[in-house]
Amino acid sequence: MEIVLALAIGILTGSGVWLLLRPRTFQVIIGLALLSYAVNLFILSMGRLRVDAPPIIRKGVPVDPAAFVDPVPQALVLTAIVISFATTALMLVVLLASRGLTNTDHVDGEESQQ
Amino acid sequence: MTPQHLLLLIVALPFLGSFAAAFLPTRARTQATLLAGLIAVVGAVGIGSLYPAVSQGQILLSVTPWLPSLDLNLTFRLSGVSWLFAMLVLVMGALVILYARYYMSDEDPVPRFFSFLLAFMGSMLGVVLSGNLIQIAFFWEVTSLFSFLLIGYWHHNQSARDGARMALMVTGAGGICLMLGFILLGQMAGGFSLDTVLASKDAIHSSPYYPLALALILIGCFTKSAQFPFHFWLPHAMAAPTPVSAYLHSATMVKAGVFILILLWPVLSGTDLWYFAVAPIGAITLLIGAWVAIFQQDLKGLLAYSTISHLGLIVLLLGLGSPLAAVAAIFHTVNHATFKASLFMAAGIIDHETGTRDIRKLGGLWNYMPITATLAMVAAAAMAGVPLLNGFLSKEMFLAEVLEDHSGTLIDAVLPWLATIASAFAVLYSIRFIHQVFFVAPPEPLPRTPHEPPPWMRRPIEILVLACLLIGIFPAATIGPFLASAVRDTLGDQAPAYSLAVWHGFNRPLFLSLTALAGGLILYILFGGRLNAAKASPVVGRLKARRTFEAVVERGIAIAGWLHALAGTRRLQPQLRVLMIFALAAAALPFLFLGYSVGSERWTGVDPVFALLWLIGGSCALAAAWTAKFHRLAALILVGAAGLATCISFVWLSAPDLALTQLLVEIVTTVLLLLGLRWLPKRQPDIWPETRMPVQVLARRGGDLAIAIIAGLGMALISYAVMTRPVTDSIADFFTRNAYAEGGGTNIVNVILVDFRAFDTLGEITVLAIVAITVFSLLRRFRPASDSIETPEQQRVQADFDRRHADREVGDTVTDALMVPRLIMQWMFPVIITFALYLLLRGHDLPGGGFAAGIAMSIGILLQYMAMGTREVEDRLMVLPINWIGIGMLAAALTGAGAWLFGYPLLTTFFRYLDVPLIGEVPAASALLFDLGVFAVVVGSTVLVLIALAHQSIRTPRAARPAEPKAGEEQG
Repeated sequence: MEIVLALAIGILTGSGVWLLLRPRTFQVIIGLALLSYAVNLFILSMGRLRVDAPPIIRKGVPVDPAAFVDPVPQALVLTAIVISFATTALMLVVLLASRGLTNTDHVDGEESQQ
Repeated sequence: MTPQHLLLLIVALPFLGSFAAAFLPTRARTQATLLAGLIAVVGAVGIGSLYPAVSQGQILLSVTPWLPSLDLNLTFRLSGVSWLFAMLVLVMGALVILYARYYMSDEDPVPRFFSFLLAFMGSMLGVVLSGNLIQIAFFWEVTSLFSFLLIGYWHHNQSARDGARMALMVTGAGGICLMLGFILLGQMAGGFSLDTVLASKDAIHSSPYYPLALALILIGCFTKSAQFPFHFWLPHAMAAPTPVSAYLHSATMVKAGVFILILLWPVLSGTDLWYFAVAPIGAITLLIGAWVAIFQQDLKGLLAYSTISHLGLIVLLLGLGSPLAAVAAIFHTVNHATFKASLFMAAGIIDHETGTRDIRKLGGLWNYMPITATLAMVAAAAMAGVPLLNGFLSKEMFLAEVLEDHSGTLIDAVLPWLATIASAFAVLYSIRFIHQVFFVAPPEPLPRTPHEPPPWMRRPIEILVLACLLIGIFPAATIGPFLASAVRDTLGDQAPAYSLAVWHGFNRPLFLSLTALAGGLILYILFGGRLNAAKASPVVGRLKARRTFEAVVERGIAIAGWLHALAGTRRLQPQLRVLMIFALAAAALPFLFLGYSVGSERWTGVDPVFALLWLIGGSCALAAAWTAKFHRLAALILVGAAGLATCISFVWLSAPDLALTQLLVEIVTTVLLLLGLRWLPKRQPDIWPETRMPVQVLARRGGDLAIAIIAGLGMALISYAVMTRPVTDSIADFFTRNAYAEGGGTNIVNVILVDFRAFDTLGEITVLAIVAITVFSLLRRFRPASDSIETPEQQRVQADFDRRHADREVGDTVTDALMVPRLIMQWMFPVIITFALYLLLRGHDLPGGGFAAGIAMSIGILLQYMAMGTREVEDRLMVLPINWIGIGMLAAALTGAGAWLFGYPLLTTFFRYLDVPLIGEVPAASALLFDLGVFAVVVGSTVLVLIALAHQSIRTPRAARPAEPKAGEEQG
């Protein structure tokens, strides 16, 4: 499992970084989305991988922390998901406004020289 | 009120007053004066009331803990010497405020002036009353800042702006040195509180850092107190209104450096280094200041250089290192403040009444303003050191001290000569000041016919001159006790016996004094007539400190510009590339040094389904990267697929909450980007000139590919290494154990979000709300690019079709196409709302919660927009996203603040289970209310963003102005 998730994180990061360095604004947005998947999975994996151990307590049963996956990375990722939605929205609107003002969708607001 | 509180109040009051004065109407001159004056007088009375304790050698401390572990607290400390300085600041402040009431013109925004002045007074009090080195350095910087604002008060005046900037740069740079010096000093002493530092003389002297710390502190003090070679800013600061010159640049701020030297004298002085670093600088400043003052044609310029010279005298005294010299230094600080401030005020009156400050143009004022002339003469005589005035007394002490042997070097032999010459110069410029201004007939008629100023404008001068006389004639009865407590505080056991009598018999200091007086008079008789022709001071005028300073500044700017041109860019791609490379290097560094190893955890095997999932997910990610340029829609779908793979992984890896939220967010994000696609340009395939990709492009892409591959590989390696290591103890145990017991919820993740870490969540929804409102306002003035304005091709085709058929109306095709989905979507609305509420209510115990519920709810609204079109929805449905955001923020914040009512910290949760009929047991934690707030903010923000974007399609778009040629883009 670990090796698969590690590879997944690597592929998502690689594609995200590649797109981040591209000149078109839409590419950058897509890149950010991919990168955020990678980062969220990475943070989650810091709590180690556990199957069938969701952090939900059964009432009336004594609590044994070892029986649950680490909830802290999950809490972090949950907020990260929502924030990355917010940043994507903001990026998109800035992109559109910049496109309206400059007539180009190049990240620099002007076509490159070559 | 305890003395501790009083001390805090005395420092706080001027700042509060400054704040209040800033809001007075521009013309409220008298009110502002009353406010400022009242604060100064109250402060002076307050400090005065603490004198009995101080006079008994007590040190009053007011400590408000801040970082006790680092010995950093808000500490105010009143001792003998700080009492004297605080009193000086407040009394001079009160007099200057009264004077400024009459000096400032009706056209000036006087409340602003008083606002600055009060803030300066507060920060100056902060410097002298702080009981902590860091705090002193802080207030020190604040005085520089308000000195800048006050010098530049007449900001329409170029020389005021230049002078203000120069003063700020010099004293600000000095302030940084002082701060560094203080940090070193604190390290040596083992603490930053003044009491700790003052008790660690031996540790400081024996430390190897002593020379460095001393040098840095001295630079700080010398810049502030205008010592050579940093003296040049002071004459340029004379562009300030005269009350500022009287207050900041003669009586108080320039004494801040001297104050620090006095304050730290017990621990810093007593070494050869101190003597050779301080005494010569003081001596040179004393002589140069006096010499240059002789040749000034501007009244305030003369006084400024004279101030420099007197500051040099004080620094020299402190440098000598003997206790008696320190006594003389403290004494002269007070005396100089009284006579110099009154002279500045007199100069201001002369300027005010005649319209000029040029000594060459002035003359014969005795006939018009005899009272002011008399006052100025007394003050100038004190400056020259005439007997029976306070200047004489401290000068006598000074001359007595320079006659002593201090180091056994050449300096001992030179000092008496130098002191006498400088004193003669002081006599010379004092006589010139009086004779030229009040007696010689002016060469041409004065610009204005002067007369005596309003009596209240003269009152501050009268008080100060009276002080000069009283101290000069009855020193022991007037200044004696205050001086004694300051001396005892500074010198402790070393406090020497000194006599404050006027007459000490015929001795060598008196002889030197008389020589200086006679010499100055003779020099004036011989050369006085020629001084009016002087353009610049001989010899020293060649140094041109100001020009050097400006050259240095200009060179600095040039270097900065060169560096910017070399390394700066406005292009995003290179910036991101550099950022990525640095990030990679930073991440790789530990592995290069410590090596990489896989953890020891056992191999958990590979589930083939999971592997297949990521085979698809990974391919989709790669394909999205490949297609994002030319096939945006395809890329969007592929990213969605990668997102789904992530989502399924969350379920797989025991993170149901994440999966739920991710799935919902995925939907809104996709809709959002789809709405955006409409406004992007059609992408044409790259056409390279020679049908082959140019080499630079190939190299750039190759480089980026390498960065991307390294980044991906690195992340994979790091995460694999972590995942295969055993779990270490973490805070997770605490959360897991206490989620139900303390937070009343069984869904640990949700309890963390709304209870344990609720403050984070509050911050997060605030960010969300800000983003939504930003998006909304950005889109209100959205102008699409010219080539995106036309109706999209699909819509045109559909409309054409509708128009060609008589039985159809435009828009029917779209309606028909969505007939069935539309019905389903409409029916789904209540279902989705119920689902969202269900998610919200169960969130504390089972996967769900405010975030997921909020997004689900907004998807419901979104579907209505898609089914019916914007106009139709808004005819029937009132969605007020901004209200949702506002109410949600209030609900969350108030729920959190509610804990205060019960005496608990912010965001403490209260919970119990309620038995609701029909529904059963419902958890009723206050966290649910908080989650309700989260829910409302998420709904409001998401809907606001999506609707704002959707509205663009039904607006009649106007094209943006054609991009203007970007003039001046290459600047900076």
